[in-house]
Amino acid sequence: MAFLLSIYSLSPAQTNDSIMDSSASANYTDSAKSPDSSAVQGNRRPDSAFRSERINALIFMFIFSMVILVYTRWAKSGKELFIRKLNGLDEVEEAVGRATEMGKPVLFIPGIEEIDQIETIAGISILGRVARITARYETPLLVPVRYPMVLAAGQEVVEQAYIEEGKPDAYNRDIVRYVAGEQFAFAATVNGIMMRERPATNIYMGAFFAESLLLAETGNAAGSIQIAGTAQPAQLPFFIAACDYTLMGEELYAACAYLSREPLLLGGLKGQDWMKILIIILVLVGIVAASFGILGGFIGFFESV
Amino acid sequence: MKTTVPIITAFLSGLVMLLVFFFNPEKSAIGRLEPEVLSWVTIVGGFTLLLGVVSIVRVNYGAVKRRKEGWKYKIATLISVFAMAVPAVISPRVSPLFGTAPGSIYDWLFNNLDAPMMSTMFAMLSFYIASAAFRAFRARNAEATLLLLTAVTVMLWRIPMGEIMLVKIHHSLPEIINSYIMNGANMAVQRGIIIGAALGAAAMSLRIMLGIERTYMGK
Repeated sequence: MAFLLSIYSLSPAQTNDSIMDSSASANYTDSAKSPDSSAVQGNRRPDSAFRSERINALIFMFIFSMVILVYTRWAKSGKELFIRKLNGLDEVEEAVGRATEMGKPVLFIPGIEEIDQIETIAGISILGRVARITARYETPLLVPVRYPMVLAAGQEVVEQAYIEEGKPDAYNRDIVRYVAGEQFAFAATVNGIMMRERPATNIYMGAFFAESLLLAETGNAAGSIQIAGTAQPAQLPFFIAACDYTLMGEELYAACAYLSREPLLLGGLKGQDWMKILIIILVLVGIVAASFGILGGFIGFFESV
Repeated sequence: MKTTVPIITAFLSGLVMLLVFFFNPEKSAIGRLEPEVLSWVTIVGGFTLLLGVVSIVRVNYGAVKRRKEGWKYKIATLISVFAMAVPAVISPRVSPLFGTAPGSIYDWLFNNLDAPMMSTMFAMLSFYIASAAFRAFRARNAEATLLLLTAVTVMLWRIPMGEIMLVKIHHSLPEIINSYIMNGANMAVQRGIIIGAALGAAAMSLRIMLGIERTYMGK
């Protein structure tokens, strides 16, 4: 939530360098404090256990939670919810089908971050859906991972998918495999897999950094259909250039709900859309306020995180 | 049980991290919980490291045994795993060659093999960027042509010689590119993506905390 609120306090003086150079989301947060917001932080009462300067985050979080819960309840009651089409996800089944026809494996990479990152969790969730499809068609699946905790979670999710599809015998523990802990050693190993095994479909879902283009370009050279999804803005151009379909930012988090079509999960997506509308309104009000030098309190409210 | 325990754990962990954000670590016990929880993550991660070693040995040993394509490389992988790990875990009290301190086997292997190989991989990125840019910057239609022109302008601005050329056209051209393309259009789009992604992440976290989203458990 701090990350979300800190977006508002990005200083106009901050050059694009800090955006382009940042390879981790933390950089956005760290560099996001304008001199004004530092001043607000400096005014914080040190004797207080509660960080009152973060009350704006608390209010925003409360509204956000309420909207999500209301839409989840609506979805639960059977209300029809419209979710816009995501071409990349519609193609997942098609891409697995292609791999089945060609008799080649599907390569899935749940990012290169640890399991404590929400992008990795999103990647693991999508892996569960993809594993169901590969289990259904009995298509070989390869999932190289960079962290042992992701390995354990991935194995659990894939095994569960094979069981639920009634194919427990087709499950092999080595579908999800730990390959390397180093970023570029991981990229080199995966590139080797791509060139040797020639997977028909490559799916990248999660947090990617400098290795994104190394992976996507190699997959492109190997002639694979490629579907990528990441919330790292700096890596999106690389995936767009080298992959057939790319999920941008929030679409990664929506992917699992979209693939599963479970009303409870779709309700959350709808709530998210309403929050975006609220943010757009707030941004427009902020633009007007900053341009005309009015509503100083309104701008100040969003600066203190 | 297999579902309830993870959901309760996820809820409590999420709640702790959420509360920590609103409390001062110097003034409240809740605020001090963050490093505690993060230490647990490190400890659990340490135990799972063994899983990683088992996985890498299983996969590569199996490939060598079955003489799969490229099995010789798998031998190199297995040797590398143990050559790096074994000297590093032996106490330096046995010999200064052990452990991870400067002068140890691990340190030598890291500086003379691992680091140069990582640098090589990173350096290769420039060639990959060139080939990706070649495909992306083809003037197929009006939008692609606009992208091509913008990319060429930004690339010119980014290199010293290009900047000199731009200044000769108009003294404030680099400033205009910086203001309108990079700090204007580019940053606005990036912020839009970041806001959307942050909302998506927050919504997913909430769904996990409340047990609505169970897909990360394969449910």
